[in-house]
Amino acid sequence: MDEALHRALGLTDDEEAAVRGALGRAPNELELAMFAVMWSEHCSYKSSRLHLRRLPSEAPWVLVGPGEGAGVVDAGDGIAVAMRIESHNHPSAVEPYQGAATGVGGILRDVFTMGARPIAVMDPLRFGPLSDARSRWIFEGVVRGISGYGNSVGVPTVGGEVVFDDCYADNPLVNVFCLGVMPTGRLTLGRASGPGNLAVLVGSSTGRDGIGGVSVLASAGFSDDAADQAKRPSVQVGDPFEEKRLIEACLELLDRGLAVGVQDLGGAGITCAVSETASKGGVGMDVWVSEVHQREPGMVPAEVMTSESQERMLAIVTPGHRDEVLDLCRRWEVRAAVIGTVTGTGRLRVLDRPGGEVLADVPAAALEEDKPLYDRPRARPRGLDELRADDPGRLDPPTDPGRDLLGLLADPSWIYRQYDHQLFLNTVEPPGGDAAVLRLKAPGLPATRRALALSSDGNARWCALDPRAGSALTVAESCLNVACGGARPVALVNCLNFGNPEHPEVMWQLSESVDGIAEACRALDLPVIGGNVSLYNESRGADIDPTPIVAVLGLIDELVRRPPGVTLVDGGLLLLLGRTEPNLGGSRWAAECRGHRGGTLPALDLELHGRLLALVAGLVSGGVVAGLHDVADGGLGVTLGELAVRSWLGWRVSGIRDHAELFAESPSRVVVCVTGPAEAAEVRARAATAAIAATELGRAGGDRLVVEGLLDVALEDATAAWQGAIPRALVP
Amino acid sequence: MSARVGIVVYPGSNCEHDVAEAVSALGASADLVWHSETRLDAYDGVVVPGGFAHGDYLRPGAIARFSPVTVALEEFARRGGPVLGICNGFQVLTEAGLLPGALQKNRGLTFLCETVDLRVETTRSVLTQAAIPGQILHIPINHFEGNYTCSVATLRELRDQDRVILRYEANPNGSVDDIAGICNVEGNVVGLMPHPERASDPLLGSIDGRVLLEGFLAGAVVRR
Repeated sequence: MDEALHRALGLTDDEEAAVRGALGRAPNELELAMFAVMWSEHCSYKSSRLHLRRLPSEAPWVLVGPGEGAGVVDAGDGIAVAMRIESHNHPSAVEPYQGAATGVGGILRDVFTMGARPIAVMDPLRFGPLSDARSRWIFEGVVRGISGYGNSVGVPTVGGEVVFDDCYADNPLVNVFCLGVMPTGRLTLGRASGPGNLAVLVGSSTGRDGIGGVSVLASAGFSDDAADQAKRPSVQVGDPFEEKRLIEACLELLDRGLAVGVQDLGGAGITCAVSETASKGGVGMDVWVSEVHQREPGMVPAEVMTSESQERMLAIVTPGHRDEVLDLCRRWEVRAAVIGTVTGTGRLRVLDRPGGEVLADVPAAALEEDKPLYDRPRARPRGLDELRADDPGRLDPPTDPGRDLLGLLADPSWIYRQYDHQLFLNTVEPPGGDAAVLRLKAPGLPATRRALALSSDGNARWCALDPRAGSALTVAESCLNVACGGARPVALVNCLNFGNPEHPEVMWQLSESVDGIAEACRALDLPVIGGNVSLYNESRGADIDPTPIVAVLGLIDELVRRPPGVTLVDGGLLLLLGRTEPNLGGSRWAAECRGHRGGTLPALDLELHGRLLALVAGLVSGGVVAGLHDVADGGLGVTLGELAVRSWLGWRVSGIRDHAELFAESPSRVVVCVTGPAEAAEVRARAATAAIAATELGRAGGDRLVVEGLLDVALEDATAAWQGAIPRALVP
Repeated sequence: MSARVGIVVYPGSNCEHDVAEAVSALGASADLVWHSETRLDAYDGVVVPGGFAHGDYLRPGAIARFSPVTVALEEFARRGGPVLGICNGFQVLTEAGLLPGALQKNRGLTFLCETVDLRVETTRSVLTQAAIPGQILHIPINHFEGNYTCSVATLRELRDQDRVILRYEANPNGSVDDIAGICNVEGNVVGLMPHPERASDPLLGSIDGRVLLEGFLAGAVVRR
């Protein structure tokens, strides 16, 4: 065995020794390649699994928790909702369009192979500053890739978020979330069972694209430009038209009960799909390389087995259903071939053809269940105490708070205008608000008046200072967004984007972040039903700031009217729910207006936050408020500013004494707009019952934004700043 | 009496269920018709919905025009049957020669999904017959190739024959003469880039698409 081969494939010497132990002999090249992809960080979660166990994942409404293609909850009325989030960070850094496009394709497959029709996508994105030409190229390519694939495959992109920060300049983050819905009875897991059953490969042919994607690309950092260019062939190429047909074929397959298990082909291709389905089903499998439809001649078995060609899935089918399945696929113009069979041996064997030479023979369980588990060293980053002690409250106050406020306004519609966000006639609240609100409706689904609210959130500024508190604050904010849509949070998925896990500081951040998410979710009774971990987000030795992204699903029991959304009504009264802690630690104002990233984070009272969530959802569903917006990035100033520019209405408020009260990002606050005194009294009464402070801020109207004694800005200037922020940055 | 509407589904179409929902809400019965179908005579009206027929590969609508159902559609239209092409459906109708001109990439070279204001220009088409000339409709667009273009002679013909049925109030995509929708000489074949089915439910923010779909369904019933 070539000593260097396992390292070239991404396995350490210890891991190679473990492979020998599992086999009782030296692996051959194909076997080594199979272990290399299955034991990669991306597939095995070897550095993070130990910590992820601390996340609460159970609740009576959870049907499927972490570890499957997607998490699934019972939404009531015979409807199940599946959701998942994943990263496609490294491919997008190398090839922005295809990286992002195939990220969308992959996440859809995770959802529809469980029997759910994908009805919504969200994309949390992070890039370097747009003043940098390469970041502009990545940004425009990624947005175009999501648009090109998502629109064409026919799934609306209903939300997301974007942040520009230096730490992502060489390592952008492209996270993709998908939600699907199904009649509860169609729920299917990726399990092989029944020796003699057939493994049917459905979808695109298998080519040389994306070989080593999970081990070479996703499980290592970036170094220099020439080496990164060489990684380009590891990026897959997407075909949304193939995927669209695959969705329809898969859902019909499951509707008609023709498959006992389905697994999508993602990272590590056929190897991953067969070993996961076999080991989870406690069976073995024989795979015949000759039966796999190959896109080009001369492919060697290791290439066929680890190719990450897109738009493929594996269906486990009884022999009696074979012809029906092949006919169905033919009608949808989707390729299908029997490439193997389930065996009772517990061995995963690769043969060159049925009855032919055995090219690999490993215990199926070893690939999946014997994967490495590391408790990597953790260490609190040096300098963190000094950073926290450096309170931005000591900075000089701005001479012109109005100018600072305008600098913090940025309309993301340049992005979401490129996404079809309306398909399926479900989008009640479109992108750009606090949460996307969707009707719960799809072909084949029982009729219901229930509806969904979705939000994705992340804040690396907070998490760099305090990953535990920052992650808890992130969960709290996402829940509040969903409450602003009138919904009650019922489930969360997360995508943990961190640096190199071999750096003890990064492992400390990851561990702290998991604890912060767990703490908030426990307090808010919110199960974590799935997630993804993206490590090695580093470039030239520098790790990104810890960026846990969460996506929260909220349920609306009966949608009778459109939620008011982020808007003002002329003459309306503005009230603030919750109290402001004038602490600028970790704030966007300090970072973007002063280049200061120190301080301690504002306190979060999760018990109070839970009461606020219920109060806000009730105000929205009860039709009490005419508009509302939570307070988050940029503090009260940005909340009020966005309310103004989105409604083309000014306001006059008082009682915000200084820039710290204007820009502090303390949690658990919402600004509501009500039409008159009666509604204001109703808000006050309900807030009092919930023991939440309600303070009158002022009144909406006019063409100026006025905080008495602090700032006075023309609405026209605010609107121009808001609308122009992204388009202006793209034309340097 | 309710209209029987056939909704053509090519591989890659994606608005078929949305159109079915919108016309059903207006009392019509709707069937999805797979692109290999060769007969459409069971229907009073046919809709070619939005999406990416055959992946929009080569050029939007360029492959769809060769599907068997498109041939049946030509026959259906020739006999005076109401035909409505929405978005990708409009692109298919121009490729199939049922409507003149072509849809090229948007002036800004990006996909556009947003709600725009349309002005009703004439009531002589089956789609606009229930509307009022000059009426402003608030309806979403959702396309990359929605920039309508045609020869000078065709444009003169369209104007002279009162066949420009809808214009954009603020041209989003560079279409010649702000054209959002046109019809054939007889007025029974119409194509438009905006999506009336997306403006058919108050929960979604606008119901301005209903007056268009109601006109189309009325035209379909009359023919029976």
